[in-house]
Amino acid sequence: MVLKTLTGNYAVATAAKLARVKVVSAYPITPQTTMVEKLSEMIESGELEAEMIRVESEHSALAAVYGAASGGVRAFTATSSHGLLYMHEMLWWVAGSRIPVVMAVVTRTIGPPWNIWTDHSDVMDQRDTGWLIAFAENNQEALDETVKLFRITEDERVFLPGIITLDAFILSHTTEPVDIPDQNLVDAFLPPRKQPYVFKAGDPLIMGNIPRDLKWNMMMREDIHKAMERAKKVIEEADSLWEKLIGRKYGGLTECYRCEDAKHFMVGVGAWVGDMREAVDYLRDKFSLRVGLIKIRYFRPFPKEDVIKWLNNASSVVVFDRSVSPSVGGPLYVEILASLASAGVRIPVKGVIAGLAGVDVTHEDLASVMLTSVSEVEELGTFKQNTLWFYGGE
Amino acid sequence: MPVSIKDLPKEKFVLPGDAACPGCPENMGLRFVGMALGNRAVLVIPAGCTSVIQGLAPGSGLKFPILNVPFASSDSVAAGLSSAKKVLGEDAVVVVWAGDGGTADIGFATLSGAAERNDDVIHICVDNEAYMNTGIQRSSQTPLGAWTTTTWSGKKERKKDLPLIMLMHRVPYVATASVAYPIDFIEKLRKASTIRGFKYIHLHAPCPVGWRFDPAYTVAVARLAVETGMWILFEAENGRVSISPPSKPYADKSRRKPVREYLSMQGRFRNLTEEVLRELEKQADENWSLLLKLST
Amino acid sequence: MLSDELVLPLAKPVMGVSGKTGTWRLQRPIFDSSKCIKCRLCWLYCPDSTIDINEESTNFITINYDYCKGCGICSNVCPTKAITMSPEE
Repeated sequence: MVLKTLTGNYAVATAAKLARVKVVSAYPITPQTTMVEKLSEMIESGELEAEMIRVESEHSALAAVYGAASGGVRAFTATSSHGLLYMHEMLWWVAGSRIPVVMAVVTRTIGPPWNIWTDHSDVMDQRDTGWLIAFAENNQEALDETVKLFRITEDERVFLPGIITLDAFILSHTTEPVDIPDQNLVDAFLPPRKQPYVFKAGDPLIMGNIPRDLKWNMMMREDIHKAMERAKKVIEEADSLWEKLIGRKYGGLTECYRCEDAKHFMVGVGAWVGDMREAVDYLRDKFSLRVGLIKIRYFRPFPKEDVIKWLNNASSVVVFDRSVSPSVGGPLYVEILASLASAGVRIPVKGVIAGLAGVDVTHEDLASVMLTSVSEVEELGTFKQNTLWFYGGE
Repeated sequence: MPVSIKDLPKEKFVLPGDAACPGCPENMGLRFVGMALGNRAVLVIPAGCTSVIQGLAPGSGLKFPILNVPFASSDSVAAGLSSAKKVLGEDAVVVVWAGDGGTADIGFATLSGAAERNDDVIHICVDNEAYMNTGIQRSSQTPLGAWTTTTWSGKKERKKDLPLIMLMHRVPYVATASVAYPIDFIEKLRKASTIRGFKYIHLHAPCPVGWRFDPAYTVAVARLAVETGMWILFEAENGRVSISPPSKPYADKSRRKPVREYLSMQGRFRNLTEEVLRELEKQADENWSLLLKLST
Repeated sequence: MLSDELVLPLAKPVMGVSGKTGTWRLQRPIFDSSKCIKCRLCWLYCPDSTIDINEESTNFITINYDYCKGCGICSNVCPTKAITMSPEE
């Protein structure tokens, strides 16, 4: 056990180093910058044996990483917000090429107006691209899951790229004590890189030219869909192996906190899940409410089975989203509703939009929303309003 | 390394029966790339005519390893691929084969970035002077006065001087080439493949469909461009500019064929005015003058 | 291996990827070997690799009519007009 106080950005940079990435390419954007600076420093000092391509834009950052990965090596990049949107086209290309790559997204809201603080709009906007999307609750998880993503994405049952997210400033720039796993253990955890094909001289392989049969093209999309489904098992296996080797477990696709006897549930992703934990404790201790928390660790693949399992006999659920699709609601809310509906589970579901544009949401805020929701649903048996825009305390 | 035509390898990298138009200069240019680099080449190809020339998957009419990539990304993908090959200790000549759109316009920032970083890549701009693949729309490489489907009364702006822009990036190797002078192009490619760092070759590629001439004249039109001084063959190693042998005679203006002869072969200049002709002649003179000043 | 069953956007080189492109022709090149000076320019410039050189033969070139698109470049560059273009039937 080597405990260091690390910011989320440094924790992820350390993870990329432990994974022995060979090519790093990134363009700076607040609040990702310190991650890239740290990687630069590690490479120049020789601490990390890798090439650094200091590109002129985010589109080029993912393009360079894709080129390196297509050439057969582990490659890594990181970005946020507008940078992520700028490379959006490349995200589709990488996933469609089935080339495993790992990218960190420091989630930051999207302008106008210019705003460097957190919400989840940027990463949620990538949910159709075919990338795995994992959310970190704290810096330890950010480090651990980044390493695990290399194993998961490079598994032949998956062969899809993956994103690890960490909330702007709350995680990226806040120091927490983080255990840095031993390099030998990480080497034992991460097998040599595998990918479906490698570009090299003398091997006339062509990737991406126009297909003759459009159904064949559609089958490629279905193949991605199936790989994403298969990833669920691969994620759980990686979690178990990590627990065995390193001693930390996370529960796989989801974690259910104090769910055993819970009637009312909170659901969320990202850093504020930590605040939700505190809210659950507070509501149980202070108000004896039988509340539980479902922490969604992986948004892609969406843990539909876990959600149905945890909520099958619930009295109500409040889903907290830190992004929104106008006129519809938050993505987590919508996908949970879809999961429940597909299994015929009919329970009151409320969607709460909060913390957009970096608005701070405390555990007291979250608890007060739950308190109101629980009394409403226990009295009426339903929610009057299915979507609530919540601005929190002063 | 003077190359003789009979020593050129016969291995086919452009296979008969691909999707190129009859008389296509890109098909021609790709054959020359195959002759120059053979199995060492790995191509990165952004959207453009050559994307379609490959034909329909799971088949390909081109025998190179080819990574097809989004329009604006080619030089960055190439930089990453080149890095990977270096890390793995594998020999490969990573070549970006991009049109004028993917080089000078949508791909311009990416090109400039890779050049500034001196990434180990050969960028070939196969220049047919318009966005041909999408239907002959104007690009920054379309000459003044040319008809395109977005400049029906002739382009009002002059051709953006990519070779000189790349020269000012101070990269190890910059050259111009033409499909009419394959030996010159092949020699330049082979030289570029021995240099570490960013290499830029701008290949003039007259397009029968977009320039409006009979496909039998692709080589004839390309040759006239050089003989009239409208296209100048040169190379610059570490900034030392030298005019290439096929263009040397035309440093002397009196030896150039009339510009009108070149333009009159092309339907895209059908409505050429005297004013535009004079301006084009003036531009050619200026380009020559500048290049001669820069050359040793 | 599972990855062999993946549906990937990959392709392999194949001759005639666009079919027998010889059917595109409006005119065909006719070769008169008596005029040929073995300069190889037709082979060099043919955009479609449909001219092959027979080093030892008096028939110095063969034209692959299955794929020749009839562009006429070979005829245009031939210094002795050993290749002429003739309308396709």
